[in-house]
Amino acid sequence: MKLDSKIPEGPLAEKWTKHKFNLKLVNPANKRKYDIIVVGTGLAGASAAASLAELGYNVKAFCFQDSPRRAHSIAAQGGINAAKNYQNDGDSVQRLFYDTIKGGDYRAREGNVYRLAEVSVNIIDQCVAQGVPFAREYGGLLSNRSFGGAQVSRTFYARGQTGQQLLLGAYSALNRQIANGKVQMYNRTEMLDLVTVDGKARGIVTRDLITGKIEAHSGHAVLLCTGGYGNVFFLSTNAKGSNVTAAWRAHKKGALFGNPCYTQIHPTCIPVSGDHQSKLTLMSESLRNDGRVWVPKVASPGLKAKDAKDIPESGRDYFLERRYPSFGNLVPRDVASRNAKNICDEGRGVGSGLAVFLDFADAIKRDGRKTIEAKYGNLFDMYRQITGDNPYEVPMMIYPAVHYTMGGLWVDYNLMTSVPGLYSLGEANFSDHGANRLGASALMQGLADGYFVIPYTIGDYLAGLPHAKISTDSPEFTAAVAKANATINKFLSIKGKKTVDQFHRELGLTMWDYCGMSRTAEGLLKAKTKIQALRAEFWQNVNVLGGADELNQELEKAMRVADFMELGELMVDDALNRSESCGGHFREESQTPEGEALRQDDEFAYVAAWQYMGENQPEVLHQEPLVFENVKLTQRSYK
Amino acid sequence: MKITLKIWRQKNRNTKGSFKMYALEHVSADMSFLEMLDVLNSDLIQKGEESIAFDHDCREGICGMCSLYINGRPHGPVQTTACQLHMRSFKDGQTITIEPWRASAFPVIKDLVVDRSAFDRIQQAGGYVSVNTGGVPDANEIPISKKIADEAFDAAACIGCGACVAACKNASAMLFVGAKVSQFALLPQGKPERKERVEKMVAQMDAEGFGACTNTGACEAECPKGISLTNIARMNREYFSSAISSYEVQSKGAD
Ligand SMILES: Cc1cc2nc3c(=O)[nH]c(=O)nc-3n(C[C@H](O)[C@H](O)[C@H](O)COP(=O)(O)OP(=O)(O)OC[C@H]3O[C@@H](n4cnc5c(N)ncnc54)[C@H](O)[C@@H]3O)c2cc1C
Ligand code: SF4
Ligand code: FES
Repeated sequence: MKLDSKIPEGPLAEKWTKHKFNLKLVNPANKRKYDIIVVGTGLAGASAAASLAELGYNVKAFCFQDSPRRAHSIAAQGGINAAKNYQNDGDSVQRLFYDTIKGGDYRAREGNVYRLAEVSVNIIDQCVAQGVPFAREYGGLLSNRSFGGAQVSRTFYARGQTGQQLLLGAYSALNRQIANGKVQMYNRTEMLDLVTVDGKARGIVTRDLITGKIEAHSGHAVLLCTGGYGNVFFLSTNAKGSNVTAAWRAHKKGALFGNPCYTQIHPTCIPVSGDHQSKLTLMSESLRNDGRVWVPKVASPGLKAKDAKDIPESGRDYFLERRYPSFGNLVPRDVASRNAKNICDEGRGVGSGLAVFLDFADAIKRDGRKTIEAKYGNLFDMYRQITGDNPYEVPMMIYPAVHYTMGGLWVDYNLMTSVPGLYSLGEANFSDHGANRLGASALMQGLADGYFVIPYTIGDYLAGLPHAKISTDSPEFTAAVAKANATINKFLSIKGKKTVDQFHRELGLTMWDYCGMSRTAEGLLKAKTKIQALRAEFWQNVNVLGGADELNQELEKAMRVADFMELGELMVDDALNRSESCGGHFREESQTPEGEALRQDDEFAYVAAWQYMGENQPEVLHQEPLVFENVKLTQRSYK
Repeated sequence: MKITLKIWRQKNRNTKGSFKMYALEHVSADMSFLEMLDVLNSDLIQKGEESIAFDHDCREGICGMCSLYINGRPHGPVQTTACQLHMRSFKDGQTITIEPWRASAFPVIKDLVVDRSAFDRIQQAGGYVSVNTGGVPDANEIPISKKIADEAFDAAACIGCGACVAACKNASAMLFVGAKVSQFALLPQGKPERKERVEKMVAQMDAEGFGACTNTGACEAECPKGISLTNIARMNREYFSSAISSYEVQSKGAD
């Protein structure tokens, strides 16, 4: 298989404009004859569904929550980047492009990232026109902040609830099209399979989560906007329902999976408090602007936050400031996370042993409690609510947690996967963040894909298709429906001894230990064996009670966990193959003498795209070389 | 801690439900309320009993999916969402009663899960600014005073959980609807459609079977996002001043 990224020829800054002109258009009168299926209505899916419906296409949209407004995008806190240069501080499309490609540790396509930076400015205009209440200055203009160590202020935000406000904007646009009858919305409906006919995506199979009904839906194109797969680790900052099922089933129907091992571990999350822990909560990255990260110089097992004051200054190791004097506590996410882990592995962690302090005492002394409260009041309250500790008086405890997945379905410049007619948008695709995502850039990418890329690129595919309705009576649909029913019956008949969550936790632990913040060939090989054994046991010994024809949350989880198991193994394979370190993927075998990540550009400057070859067959790796014509590859250094 | 739970069980929309008692022995004060339910569910499955269905997703207090009526209060004793409530807010030996939202416009689907699609239909009736993607002015061409933007944000912070309805003896949705109407009534972007919007949204709210507002303020007191009653007052002003008759305001069926 030859991977064609379809990056247009020509100078970087002209690629998208030229490409848009070269794309075929669908005659306005014909648009209503095409049916488009949009799975997922988070930022990417809601913006795509609304925009496509506005153009005149017939859209069917699906989500598993009870309303599109509840998609995981709602939880994004910090903000969204755009190269508006409203602050006159030297920002530009070129600079946003450069920061993003460097931030991704040179493992993303130049063409894609440049387009992202280019359309970022349109996103802000669009959201403001919808009535999204971004933060403003007293003069009435939009406010910006710098985020994630960026040297310019280009992040737009709505208090600590940017994702919520952006999603509600996209949701409102979607609602308008639902009311117009252009979008048919299916809530509490989960996609279980992709249907391909003659190699083209032609529809999906879904389960109504209330009635259990399995149904087939046909369309001329299918868009998967189903979010990331961080929950393969069980514990992550993702919403509990976030899953890989839609993408994984598409993968098994021929869509290549790009860079599955690229996951982002966020340094500032609330540590695990016990075996009951069901998810992890992110504390915004912005806290590192004022908080100082430290542990005692001498291991003090079990040290509580309230006793931190007993450790004198001379007994404290501000390890980020020590190791990275110029960036200090503001080093990028991957670096901060890895260092916290190393310190805890040395035995110098506090609390449970898997935590470090994030201390605001100096900031409060310097700026006063009022100032700190104005900046972080809601975060401090949330921290207190969850842990019972008051961060105005004692240091916070933090530990890294899985947060985002850069990997996902491989797509070309048009966002089409390797299956014709199947597209993937937002966190579900692999496209723009390389090996590490910068803060405030996922919201940007999701909305860029949905509002400003897919409405153009989908026409090029549809224009060449006959517009006759696609029947769901064909053998391909019938077989997919039968298979979904069979899988469900299989689960209900196992009647084993362990709960779905027990299996999921075990999988998560293995992934975290061997395919988490740092990886070795030896560990990865071990993980592979463990996952295979766990998967075999799962299909023998899981206990799913209840029926097929009713709301059955255990069954929903079982089907998702089954896919996570298979994905987990592929992540391990990908991590094994990539014996360099880059971004969120740190291979211990590949580090500088100072212990920093060492990329191997000669060998690994490519996208790893994996092809499914059948049940229990090894997947086949395809390489898409990454060509850099506009940036010079350098090792990132934050010393 | 030891906790006794009295939980509403109901097989589906068409069957009658009832309370069932459960005992939990080892509850940690650090557990969130939903983690406590996870533990109970895992115990139940091990015993061969079906787990208790409840809605949740983000577990961070922002998606609005969790919807538990705990000891007579939506989201329980603290003014936050059920997912942000922790067991340290309860005492050893306490009995905790958990019910679904009770309102005829929110029928029970199963156990503690209710159908809140009425809220979506109200938003579809007019909770938007009619702009298409593309062709909009530069963001800074619409200056908005910080005070107005902040007020609009306060209204827009509603998470659509429905606690306001559950708290209200009339099961009124005025706080929820008022929040959206206010957001757009405050902002210049919302002005062109403000009259039509409020009429349509209120008509849909009535069609869904939500009750009338008698100003008891229970909604504001229980709202996890502190949505203020001024939003209801603003909506009433909008409604009474929107003397439109040229628009045909229709509502859709409530299912
Ligand atoms: C706590 C937190 C904070 C964050 N903060 C920021 C930030 O400040 N800035 C930033 O840029 N990024 C941030 N991110 C990342 C960002 O929020 C996400 O990457 C982004 O919102 C993903 O959007 P999406 O539309 O791709 O997917 P999602 O919002 O996850 O939506 C997925 C959709 O797919 C549906 N779905 C999934 N599977 C199926 C299926 N099988 N069948 C039917 N429907 C399905 C779901 O119902 C949902 O509608 C944050 C992430 C987290 C976890
Ligand atoms: S107004 Fe408050 S209680 Fe009502 S839905 Fe919104 S957030 Fe929930
Ligand atoms: S689960 Fe999202 S608000 Fe409670």
